Amino acid sequence: MSGYANWVALRTIVTKEVLRFSRIWIQTILPPVITMGLYFIIFGGLIGSRIGEMEGIRYMDFIVPGLIMMAVITNSYSNVVSSFYSAKFQRHLEEMLVSPVPNYLIILGFVAGGICRGLAVGVAVTLISMIFSPLSIHNLAITLSVVLLTATLFALAGLINGVFARSFDDISIVPTFILTPLTYLGGVFYSITLLPEFWQGASMLNPILYMVNAFRYGFLGVADIGLATSYGIIIGFVVLLYGVALFLLNKGVGIRN
Amino acid sequence: MPHALSIQNLTKTYKNGFEALKGIDLQVEPGDFYALLGPNGAGKSTTISIVASLVNKSGGSVSIFGHDLDKDLYAAKRCLGLVPQEFNFNVFEPVEEIVVNQAGYYGIPRKEAWKRAEKYLVELGLWDKRKGMARLLSGGMKRRLMIARALVHEPRLLILDEPTAGVDIEIRRSMWTFLREINRQGCTIILTTHYLEEAESLCRNIGIIDHGRIIENTTMKGLLNQLNTETFILDLSQPLMQLPTLPQHRLRWVDELTLEADVDRDVSLNQLFVDLNREGIQVRSMRNKTNRLEQLFMNMVDESRNTGVTA
Repeated sequence: MSGYANWVALRTIVTKEVLRFSRIWIQTILPPVITMGLYFIIFGGLIGSRIGEMEGIRYMDFIVPGLIMMAVITNSYSNVVSSFYSAKFQRHLEEMLVSPVPNYLIILGFVAGGICRGLAVGVAVTLISMIFSPLSIHNLAITLSVVLLTATLFALAGLINGVFARSFDDISIVPTFILTPLTYLGGVFYSITLLPEFWQGASMLNPILYMVNAFRYGFLGVADIGLATSYGIIIGFVVLLYGVALFLLNKGVGIRN
Repeated sequence: MPHALSIQNLTKTYKNGFEALKGIDLQVEPGDFYALLGPNGAGKSTTISIVASLVNKSGGSVSIFGHDLDKDLYAAKRCLGLVPQEFNFNVFEPVEEIVVNQAGYYGIPRKEAWKRAEKYLVELGLWDKRKGMARLLSGGMKRRLMIARALVHEPRLLILDEPTAGVDIEIRRSMWTFLREINRQGCTIILTTHYLEEAESLCRNIGIIDHGRIIENTTMKGLLNQLNTETFILDLSQPLMQLPTLPQHRLRWVDELTLEADVDRDVSLNQLFVDLNREGIQVRSMRNKTNRLEQLFMNMVDESRNTGVTA
């Protein structure tokens, strides 16, 4: 297709995806906002007031970036995995497969949908956080670029999960057993400097740690890990996962018999 | 001018070892209304799914209006519209969005897409339902929605896989009229159906597939001419107590007001009525016992199985 036709096709997929989660905002946007609000009240407000400071920062202020990032990660992932698998399950993915939309545009369309939901929830959580902690951004460019790259990474991961999923159970296994533990252990609630040396080393194997830290740096100007390392890890994973997703779609894995 | 659809030596073996297609050759001319018939599991849907790029082939080649699927996939896809056997749209989307989005996948700008969606939704009697969710449509409406969706990019080749399954006769007839009209406007149509009356009524050419092989590929007229004997049911005006013996026809007594008559192709129906008249039998009405194509279809499938063509 021509460049313009490709643009129309991409816009169509993205619009469809955004409309999909917007129509059911009570299921897609509201729950994570309520959950994060509870985190702010319980961990930040009630418990946090007894913890005092973390890395020289008020505990409530410390957890805000991590909780926003947690919401972005889970929502960008779950949007794409559920949307892609539903499209497979109901077979309306075939609408795209019979049309001349290149596979890379299908990936970009679904991923953009995931990014939009991740960012929509991220913005909503940020607004809620402002009730508990004044919004101060140390570096806007870093904050935005890290959140965008992270949403992209997890939207791609969700798509790959959707490609392989054969049942609705399969789309909840990764978020439940991998994503959630990695997120909780990724420095959302604490600085890894609090951990014993061995667990500090083990934490370095957790990619979410790099995203949370880079995002926290954008907000507060403090991080456990260097920015260059964080960007390198995030971009490396984005490129790797995009390559895997494109390979799977080109081969027709899970979508073409 | 290239064939609307050209399939050469197409094979498909699934991962479990099942050989669904065993070397299919098929050509459909531009402007044709072609019936692809076969019993369940014969390979019709596999063939269609390969043509529509929904199933990977194991071997052979497919081209649509000269565009080879292996070399010129996107150009081939642009020429094709597909109405699959099973509903495959998002039931939680409004009807009009399903059609407009499909246009978008073909790169048709939004404004033009809305115009085309209106055109086809009106023509297929779905305009009043355009704002409603697709899940609220009846079975017949869902089938028509899939036709509107398949036509929105104005394909040169339209493949319909059992488009009238489960549709009442009134809607089926209106769909026939619609399909005849778009065929008249130049769209090549390939139809699979289990309603053989439908294929006989609509299609000019026919292919019969069984066990992954094409066992017949000819014109509808030519195929129907192969039928040597037709069976008619005769409704009589007055009760008949004894079955007469006619020299050129085989009669069977169904009940006192109904007879079945086998009429050979080289014997005229006039002769049958002359003979019945001579016996004092008055016929009130008559009809074919089974659809002619159905009779031939069953003969061919049975024959291909008995002669081991499919082995």
